Amino acid sequence: MTATQRALLNTLRLALAGVAIGLAAGPFFLADTQLGVLADFFSMLVLAIMWNLLAGYADIVTIGQHAFVGVGAYAFYAFAALAGVDPYLSIPLAGVVALIIAVPAMALLFRLRTAYLSIGTWVVAEVMMLGAGKIEAFGGGSGISVPIEILRAFGSTRSRRLATIYWLGFALAVFALGSTYLLLRSRFGVGLMAMRDNEESAASVGVNVTRARILCFLGVAPVLGITGAVITLQKLRIAPQASFSIVDWSVLITFIVVIGGIGTIEGPILGAIFFFVLREYLSDLGTWHLILLGVFSIAIILIDRRGIWGLVRRFALPADLIPIAHRSSSENTAVVEQAGLELP
Amino acid sequence: MARTNAAVLQVEGLSVFYGDFKAVDGVDLSVNAGEIVSIIGANGAGKSTLLKAIIGQSNRVEGRVRFDGVDLAGRSTAEIVAGGVALVPEGRRLFASLSVEENLRLGWAVGRKGSIGFDEVWRLFPILEERRRQKAGLLSGGEQQMVALGRGLLANPRILLCDEISLGLAPIVINDLYAIIPTIKASGIAIVIVEQDITRSLAVADRFYCLLEGRVTLAGIPADTSRDAVMKHYFGE
Amino acid sequence: MVGALINQLLQGVLLGGLYTLFATGLSFSAGVMRFVNIAHGDFIVLACFALLTMTTTLGLHPIVAVVLLLPVAFAVGFTLQRFLLQRVVGEKILLVILVTFGLSIIIQNGLLEVYGADTHKVAGGWMETSTIALGPDVNVGLFSVLTFIAAVIVVGSLDLLLYRSGIGVKIRAVSDDVATAYLIGLSSARIYGVAMGVSFVTIGIAAGFMSIWSNFDPSAGPTHLLIAFEVIVLGGLGSMWGSLAGGVVLGVAQTIGAQFDAAWQIMAGHIVFLAVLVVRPHGLFPRH
Repeated sequence: MTATQRALLNTLRLALAGVAIGLAAGPFFLADTQLGVLADFFSMLVLAIMWNLLAGYADIVTIGQHAFVGVGAYAFYAFAALAGVDPYLSIPLAGVVALIIAVPAMALLFRLRTAYLSIGTWVVAEVMMLGAGKIEAFGGGSGISVPIEILRAFGSTRSRRLATIYWLGFALAVFALGSTYLLLRSRFGVGLMAMRDNEESAASVGVNVTRARILCFLGVAPVLGITGAVITLQKLRIAPQASFSIVDWSVLITFIVVIGGIGTIEGPILGAIFFFVLREYLSDLGTWHLILLGVFSIAIILIDRRGIWGLVRRFALPADLIPIAHRSSSENTAVVEQAGLELP
Repeated sequence: MARTNAAVLQVEGLSVFYGDFKAVDGVDLSVNAGEIVSIIGANGAGKSTLLKAIIGQSNRVEGRVRFDGVDLAGRSTAEIVAGGVALVPEGRRLFASLSVEENLRLGWAVGRKGSIGFDEVWRLFPILEERRRQKAGLLSGGEQQMVALGRGLLANPRILLCDEISLGLAPIVINDLYAIIPTIKASGIAIVIVEQDITRSLAVADRFYCLLEGRVTLAGIPADTSRDAVMKHYFGE
Repeated sequence: MVGALINQLLQGVLLGGLYTLFATGLSFSAGVMRFVNIAHGDFIVLACFALLTMTTTLGLHPIVAVVLLLPVAFAVGFTLQRFLLQRVVGEKILLVILVTFGLSIIIQNGLLEVYGADTHKVAGGWMETSTIALGPDVNVGLFSVLTFIAAVIVVGSLDLLLYRSGIGVKIRAVSDDVATAYLIGLSSARIYGVAMGVSFVTIGIAAGFMSIWSNFDPSAGPTHLLIAFEVIVLGGLGSMWGSLAGGVVLGVAQTIGAQFDAAWQIMAGHIVFLAVLVVRPHGLFPRH
């Protein structure tokens, strides 16, 4: 690593830290609309980080994670509006419900492999969405608004509410990023990355592949549920198509992570930023912006499957901004081949 | 027309890399028409890698492989096989869910069309004709090896590369297989036999090469070479 | 009463024929290349819109339109495989899922741009409206019978292709062990291309029937993917005839579900699917 590269790396790391601190103080200097956009950004970021953990590390590609977002949304409403539970408490409770639902879902889905598993998650999401739309207490097919008293618990004025929701989103994003970072640096995380690179070899050195997958799935579900609760506070209502929106909580998330860089920790962040910037400037393009996203993500996969971050690493930076790798995978590959083993 | 005593296969300074690791290092060898050439060496010496490189399966290769004088560089395996080089892969590598006949038919489909057809294969391996409709995965090891050989022959190759055909088989079965080799030679096909078993392969070979850690350490005629010399170059000092 | 029940069952079985048509292309490509084309349903819808344009703007008869479409479909499938999917096949399945997912979104939104969000249908004329009386109170639509017959023919043809033709042997070899196929000199890229081309021909046939059977709109793709997916998992992965069984089961489940509540039709299908997954995870007629 040259001196210039090292300087660049460190500057970027400092910048990242600075931005994080700045964001933490957001409500003190940002306007309401900006807070709203950023709160939106945080939710998408959390979903992206979770999807990336499953698809990029645990080899569970889901197209149905919006199921748990919707479950969280509806559970939050059930606890806060129907059961009269303290609204703040209802948020983690939403996560618990998502976790409870994740167990039988997982038992079903893990009978399927690879792409069938992916579509299977979609079927589960469809079932949940259709089921939610049948329940009258939740407003049936058209949904229902979150009662104003519940909203007031998060702040007496709209500005205060926006600030609270902003901080909730921010805290969730920090939690998601931080826990993923710690997870990947731990022994469990090393096992995950070995599994991602080569499942058979990983199993042969003692990584319990099934257990790793189960733990990841069950760990992600409650976070998705809590995010669903927070999103409901932003959207102010629950409804089958909105709370279980496949486009918002699955399709866009997938594009974000793929374009940013799947299987990297910087990827979801980059992708989310990229998407939000794009949305600001392309919002009047309507369907074209989805087409563009689709074309872009396919192009990225063909060029460098580590996304934009992959390109940055290839041409600009010699090391990760947020260091988690203990050894690059190409080195692992050479070692395995040298030992005379065939790679599949 | 095949030119007698001209090299069917010429390997010049071939090196094969896996990443930074050199599995085959500057190998020179040649095979003439109608010859049986044996390549011996211990596990990991680079024998299989060498054969795979000849058939066009390796990514990073330096040096040259000439087939009938023509440089094979950049050709796909399908093109090379269609041109007359057939591989009997290590470990048989049959399609388990396909029948014996279907496995053989594939060999015929990918090769040159020539004088070897199913009749010739049934004549060489009568037991396969009995089992022609059985799924290849259900056959014994020796029978599977026969199918693999038959598949290679049906491609009507000018040169047949045999990778460890005796691996995992009982001695009596290996005897039967090796008894076929002279018949193949008699039909004009050059044969490369890669083996860990020194005795058998040197017994049929016209010439041999010994590979150690990717390099040719000894080359010659079996009749003119002492067993001690072979041992020394097989295992290294 | 009994007549009504038999009517329902028959409708369900015949609906299963349509569902089988959706599924065969997916089963073929998934069985051969071991990947699932997430855009499968969207390609069916794309073909439906193509047929719509051919029959309305160009004024072609539906049957003529389908016949013209089929070679185009083969070419599209072959090209898609050779030039796009071949670059990501064989590596981690993730990439194929992502690429085909991207394609799905592009097609859906592209169709939306060109045709708008309204639903459409291709007019089937006499084929559509005729009914066949099978007994007192038991009537079936001619078109649904034709669809079912087409499904049987398609499934049978694919089965024949796979097990009784030269290209079929190559396709099965490559799906068995692609590394060995390379080693002995098979050009797997070309074989995959042919397999995908065949899969797309069935997509064209499915679209031919679907465009007349019911309404479709640009966003209908995913629904058809899910149906196709459930059919092949129900029937057992890799089994062509199993897909027919799977289609019938799904069709019957949905039709009976619709009896209780029109809105339960789709749910009923999903629930039966999940239930079978619990009890027989390898499907009803698994081959592998």
